[in-house]
Amino acid sequence: MALLEVDDLSVTFARRGQRTVHAVDGVSFSVDAGEVVGLVGESGCGKSVTSLAIMGLLPKQPGLRVGGKAVFDGTDLLQLDDRSRRDIRGRDIAMIFQDPLSSLNPVIPIGLQVTEVLTRHRGMKGEAAAKEAAELLDRVGIPDPRRRLKEYPHQLSGGMRQRALIAMAVACRPRLLIADEPTTALDVTIQAQILELLKELVRDSGTALVMITHDLGVVAGMCDTINVLYAGRVVETARRRPLFAAPRHPYTVGLLGSIPRLDSGRGERLTPIPGSVRDLLPWPDGCAFAPRCTRRVDDCVGAPPELVLAHDDRSYRCVNPAPVPGREPDSAFAPQTGAVAAGASDAAAPAEAASREEESA
Amino acid sequence: MTGSENLVEVRDLKVHFPIKRGVVFDKVVGHVKAVDGVDLSIPRGRTYGLVGESGCGKSTLGRALLQLTPPTGGEVRFDGVDLTRLSAGRLRSMRRRMQMIFQDPMSSLDPRQNVESILTEGLQAHGIGGSRDERRRIIGETLDAVGLPRWALSRYPHEFSGGQRQRIGIARALVLGPELIVADEPVSALDVSIQAQVVNLLDELQERLGLTYLVIAHDLAVVRHISDVVGVMYLGALVEEASGDQLYREPMHPYTRALMSAVPVPDPDVEDQRERILLSGDLPSPANPPSGCRFHTRCPWAQPTRCADERPVLRQIGGSKVACHFAERIASGELRPHRVTAEVVRPADEGDAPGVVSAPSEPGSYV
Ligand SMILES: Nc1ncnc2c1ncn2[C@@H]1O[C@H](COP(=O)(O)OP(=O)(O)O)[C@@H](O)[C@H]1O
Ligand SMILES: Nc1ncnc2c1ncn2[C@@H]1O[C@H](COP(=O)(O)OP(=O)(O)O)[C@@H](O)[C@H]1O
Ligand code: SF4
Ligand code: SF4
Ligand SMILES: [Mg+2]
Ligand SMILES: [Mg+2]
Repeated sequence: MALLEVDDLSVTFARRGQRTVHAVDGVSFSVDAGEVVGLVGESGCGKSVTSLAIMGLLPKQPGLRVGGKAVFDGTDLLQLDDRSRRDIRGRDIAMIFQDPLSSLNPVIPIGLQVTEVLTRHRGMKGEAAAKEAAELLDRVGIPDPRRRLKEYPHQLSGGMRQRALIAMAVACRPRLLIADEPTTALDVTIQAQILELLKELVRDSGTALVMITHDLGVVAGMCDTINVLYAGRVVETARRRPLFAAPRHPYTVGLLGSIPRLDSGRGERLTPIPGSVRDLLPWPDGCAFAPRCTRRVDDCVGAPPELVLAHDDRSYRCVNPAPVPGREPDSAFAPQTGAVAAGASDAAAPAEAASREEESA
Repeated sequence: MTGSENLVEVRDLKVHFPIKRGVVFDKVVGHVKAVDGVDLSIPRGRTYGLVGESGCGKSTLGRALLQLTPPTGGEVRFDGVDLTRLSAGRLRSMRRRMQMIFQDPMSSLDPRQNVESILTEGLQAHGIGGSRDERRRIIGETLDAVGLPRWALSRYPHEFSGGQRQRIGIARALVLGPELIVADEPVSALDVSIQAQVVNLLDELQERLGLTYLVIAHDLAVVRHISDVVGVMYLGALVEEASGDQLYREPMHPYTRALMSAVPVPDPDVEDQRERILLSGDLPSPANPPSGCRFHTRCPWAQPTRCADERPVLRQIGGSKVACHFAERIASGELRPHRVTAEVVRPADEGDAPGVVSAPSEPGSYV
């Protein structure tokens, strides 16, 4: 059984005089113990709201409605009272954010913030807690940890702050760690350090990780399973290799065709997705991606596309998915170099030109 | 290469910002050497890509090139003319020929101006397009070139999506008919699906109009994609310069190798197999850069001699220019990388003690 099973999660923000925002519109995904699961999508697709809803950290504002289930180890987190939720948070589930300053207290030394977590959840005190805190900082690669314990968050660089936050998050050996764009604010060489650290922690402790990011490169390097989100729904779920070797949902195909790759040469034209996320169809009226989709057919509009479960552990929400390049549907997967690029452009090319003209008008 | 092949030639460019302290009297206590001796040339109709991590001086270099920030030293030749010696008046008339595109179109566009007035403003300032009809025609052509519809003219920046706003920013630069465009992080504020639209647009415009670009970005994949020549910057100086392909195939400088290996590639096969060079520690502060080779505090190949006390110059090795004393011996594999102990780097511009900060959350409230 899955460690975390998110089922039809929805989050709406209603405000008087304004249109209700369906920030999350029926998201389902699951995370097995020790698994690294990616949630990818562009800004505004509902990644952060999904994770905050699971953690019970959404701002309690009037008009907020959360529906569906988020079952962690048999308990529906959405049904818990604040107190039990806080107990689980920190002990069993921890979260790190893009901006570590927002979750570190600026007027309390790092050391005290780490020992506080150790005291609250593991009952450690005094020298034992201090020693463990220093070991944690050391483990996440903070130099001279004993001295750092006495310092304040603003005295650390962005990368070091993120490490300190990771130390606090793993202090109680949680079974699940949710990381929301943990490296987006960091430079790429620092990002590489933090990603390596997260991989190591997951490998050594068996903690499951939900990695939230807009960067497909990041998930390619570390996730076992990847969920692609668009407009508040998961549109494709697949294991890492099949997803990149043969993306089926046109949005996934489009994303992969849009990214300049370090290993592709000068002047290789990118295949952008036409239009912008503003060009949206509400899910109840059909496929939200239809206004931008190059594979659109009549059936795409009218009702939201059903989830299709494919044989290879994959599912997508599309009535006209991209074909698997050059293969019979039931043949075994043997990903090849170059399959991504070929698959992506083949699938999108013919319809692309016509549709782009339409969209840019 | 002769001067006429290169539209832009930068020699020993320096931009040093004074660091001031003191409550009553501003005392200069040091300098941030944001750009500290850069040479580069951009051939006509080509793209020079400048890459490096935040704070390494990319934007300052771009601004100094256009004389938007006065250089502390060195020269910038544009079409043979040294811009640093021009009178204000002559510089103004040169400005039309070199334009800039910014990262965040929203903050560089006046929210109270509609698109028509944004575009007309530049034309009027430079006295282009004598009549109203003439201006209309130029603006219409520019809109077509950047793929914006005519109805955009009466709209305001906030009514557009991020990608369209960047098109407005490009149109504003383009309407003056420039030869050089300095694009500072032109796509980094955009979503990936939109980045590709803008990258393709920049490519198309270059092909059609023969534009020369200096593209500044922190994303090496983007830079490699659109640049003929790539310059890698570290703490105010170029550490390596080569064609994008050469740089990718055979990065010579240890920093380039580390940077390259840190860029995620959306392909599991590549990700699982590639060489990883993890740098320890943070980028040192440009106000207090390391002595000798500025990379020596983080360099996995640093040697006990020279690295800490002699600043390497950019020199030609094969098809690349590299600023490393030991580049040849690193490339041949004779020198091996070693472990580096991370040094603590303080965030530059914040005080020593925490002041009173409002609304502290309780410790570890999220974790
Ligand atoms: N507190 C809120 N009130 C109203 N709308 C919100 C609130 N928080 C988020 N949203 C909206 O919900 C959508 C999803 O946001 P988010 O989950 O932050 O996206 P992502 O993390 O994928 O970039 C966005 O359209 C956003 O504007
Ligand atoms: N106007 C200024 N006054 C003082 N310091 C500046 C100014 N502009 C930039 N700097 C400093 O110069 C260095 C280089 O900045 P910048 O050129 O913006 O880097 P990049 O664009 O590569 O991120 C940074 O340390 C920055 O803080
Ligand atoms: S359902 Fe139709 S519109 Fe939606 S992604 Fe699939 S083909 Fe495109
Ligand atoms: S000069 Fe020395 S420290 Fe600098 S990059 Fe070369 S080997 Fe490294
Ligand atoms: Mg977010
Ligand atoms: Mg900059």
